[in-house]
Amino acid sequence: MQLLGKTNIDFIGMKKFTFIISSIIALIGIIGIIQIGRGAANMGIDFSGGTAMQLKFSQPLTIQAAREALAKGGMKEAELQEITGGNQLLVKINKSDLSTGKVADSVESIFKQAFPANPFTVESSTEIGPSIGEKLKKDTLVAVALSMLGIILYIAWRFDYKFGVAAVAATMHDVLAIIAVFFVLNKEVNLLLITAVLTIAGYSLTDTVVVFDRIRENMHKSLKDPLPVVFNRSINEVLSRTIVTSLTTFLAAISLFLFGGEVIHDFAFALVVGVLVATYSSVFVASPIVALWEKPPVESKA
Amino acid sequence: MNKGYTWRISLILAFIIASFVYLTPTLVSPLPAWWSGLLPKDKIHLGLDLQGGTHLVMEVETLKAVEGSLDLIATDLEDSLSSQNLRFKKIGRLGGDKVQLTLYDRSSADSAQVLVKKKYPDMEVLPVFEEGGFVNLQLRINEKEAQVRKDRAVAQALETIRNRIDQFGVSEPVIQREGIDHIVVQLPGIKDPKRAIELIGKTARLEFKLVDETVNAATASTSTLPEDDELLFEKRTDPATGAISETPIVVKKKAIITGDLLTDAQIRIDSQYNQPYVAIDFNSTGARLFDQVTAANVGKRFAIVLDNTIYSAPVIRERISGGSAQISGSFTEKEAADLAIVLRAGSLPAPVKILQNVTVGPSLGADSIRKGLVAGMIGVALVVVFMGIYYKLAGMVANLGMVLNILFLMGALAALGATLTLPGIAAIVLLIGISVDANVLIFERIREELKLGKTPHAALDAGYDKAFLTIMDSHVTALITAAVLFQFGTGPVKGFAVSLSLGIIINLFTSLLATRVLFDAFLDRVHVKRLSI
Repeated sequence: MQLLGKTNIDFIGMKKFTFIISSIIALIGIIGIIQIGRGAANMGIDFSGGTAMQLKFSQPLTIQAAREALAKGGMKEAELQEITGGNQLLVKINKSDLSTGKVADSVESIFKQAFPANPFTVESSTEIGPSIGEKLKKDTLVAVALSMLGIILYIAWRFDYKFGVAAVAATMHDVLAIIAVFFVLNKEVNLLLITAVLTIAGYSLTDTVVVFDRIRENMHKSLKDPLPVVFNRSINEVLSRTIVTSLTTFLAAISLFLFGGEVIHDFAFALVVGVLVATYSSVFVASPIVALWEKPPVESKA
Repeated sequence: MNKGYTWRISLILAFIIASFVYLTPTLVSPLPAWWSGLLPKDKIHLGLDLQGGTHLVMEVETLKAVEGSLDLIATDLEDSLSSQNLRFKKIGRLGGDKVQLTLYDRSSADSAQVLVKKKYPDMEVLPVFEEGGFVNLQLRINEKEAQVRKDRAVAQALETIRNRIDQFGVSEPVIQREGIDHIVVQLPGIKDPKRAIELIGKTARLEFKLVDETVNAATASTSTLPEDDELLFEKRTDPATGAISETPIVVKKKAIITGDLLTDAQIRIDSQYNQPYVAIDFNSTGARLFDQVTAANVGKRFAIVLDNTIYSAPVIRERISGGSAQISGSFTEKEAADLAIVLRAGSLPAPVKILQNVTVGPSLGADSIRKGLVAGMIGVALVVVFMGIYYKLAGMVANLGMVLNILFLMGALAALGATLTLPGIAAIVLLIGISVDANVLIFERIREELKLGKTPHAALDAGYDKAFLTIMDSHVTALITAAVLFQFGTGPVKGFAVSLSLGIIINLFTSLLATRVLFDAFLDRVHVKRLSI
């Protein structure tokens, strides 16, 4: 069976249109990163410091009632979120003046007093001091920078620096796209998101490398043809495998997203988004950049 | 490359057998009796997010440890100077790095200086200066020495915490030093995390101090107290109402005996009132001191102080020799048991601060495992069906490769005694998708070669050869990010990185070697005209 027969799509020709789309996505992503840097985005407590608790009540409890109880107990700043299935409630309190260890206790006693008829169990509780958050932020930046550097060096070694830069540009594009989506949907930026982003960075390269390999092969084979033609032919040749490889990974990611449970829901969502944009970027971002750069072909071959 | 499948098949079979052997301790419980000797016993460990438990990151307040050792030097100098009949006005710690001796005249300052230099060669003696008619002599702890003390404090705290946890009884705890002054504690499957944290985090500095009855505690305030006194509170919990009452008591600042002199502490139950108390035994120095102090102070009260809170302040009725005493107070049996543990394990050299506390209940962990498994099964099913339809028989070979991949990965995780976390499960599920990718690259190549009119066997060879570099490149790049994640990640993220990097390496093996050998074996034996691809 085949998804696609022989295709002949002018991918490089679409670059005006796709570059605009990609620029907008990247711009939103950059705004997102700036907001994250300022702490203005929806930061997970692992970065901002604070307390998060997952409570399981024995009877249904409205968010409204829970919020009122917390406000009465002096925890107005608590963010509440309902977890689908089983009367579960997520309570998140960013930075607080109370010392670590006290917030979770106060939340527990507030709920115990406010809803004596509705006992609950603490399914999980996480308290993180601000100094840990700061350290984590720094570590994360180092990690992202290191992996990007490693990738540039490897691709530069295996191909040439133009391919390397283009591959990294495509990877950055995917990273920005995931952040843009999370930022726009106001989803939480936490350590798991960073993990997903770095995973996708690796995955995105896989996709890009497949296309680049073919471009390089065809460039050696047909030196006479104009570059856009070679690029388009290469992308068309590998189009079905680009789609199939993404599809299999997509299938795995989507089953995690749909059935993997609350804890990794957002993580799986980032993977799903990442697989989609990684496929797009290898065709519409990475290759056109090299094509633009390599022009005119005669000089670059000299 | 057509020949030589004997060794390839043997290698694959060996891996399959090894994986099953390594997985046995994880899957079979309890292990049969004959499972012994060289056979592996390591299991795949479940991360705290899967089995429930508590993960703590604590900071040892090392500055306090330095201050503490300066306080000790000050007390020690007071004793030495007194025993040499050197008169002094005051000796005390100044700031975080100095001890100041205030003396009446130069000559005694000079003698003190000689004594100090001999006793504390590591301390820096600052030039003597006069102020308000007194002569001041300052000792400063140098940076290096302070560092040594800080370092020792963290090492000691680690040891004490380990002792406490061992005595508390937690199976497979992890207690590690991290960075300069952090300690990481993992308590898997702990039932009462609050109690454990209380126990671990308590400084447990036990002191016996004489009560100063000449000062009225009820009206005393820090400004009116004599210089060598301090105001502490005795806390009592009413067993019936749970109300806490605080009684102020003025005690001498200087402790007569400290907890370092203990050899044992045990919980006992008072037969008369059915009240728990902690019986303590002193070592010989402690016993002698206790004997002397009680003999000299019959009829007075002394306070038993733990971390600056008074547990009780009994009257000394008679001289107590023999080196035993008891601490009673209004505590429950659990509290008394925990107090005995912390006293036995010794006090922390400096207070610790809890920076991070992640606690996961066991039901959430079980839920995560179940959902992770379901997601994995569905992922496998989707990919298997897709590959079967799209690549027919060849697709089924790729599916077999994927199953091998998962088997090998689990085997490797077990062999390394690695920890599986929820993101780790996610990595395995993701790997289901990624592992067929390499085969897709190969199959697409083979299809292209077939279109060029090559025979099945030639197409197969060309497909594998030409796809090799692409597969290599894509795996190495993925491995770079996985390695970085491994390096900087902690806990769940590290679990993810471990699963992912192992998976990538194993995938390289199965896609380039394992699936290929099936094709080769098949094509060699059966003469096929058309590949089912």
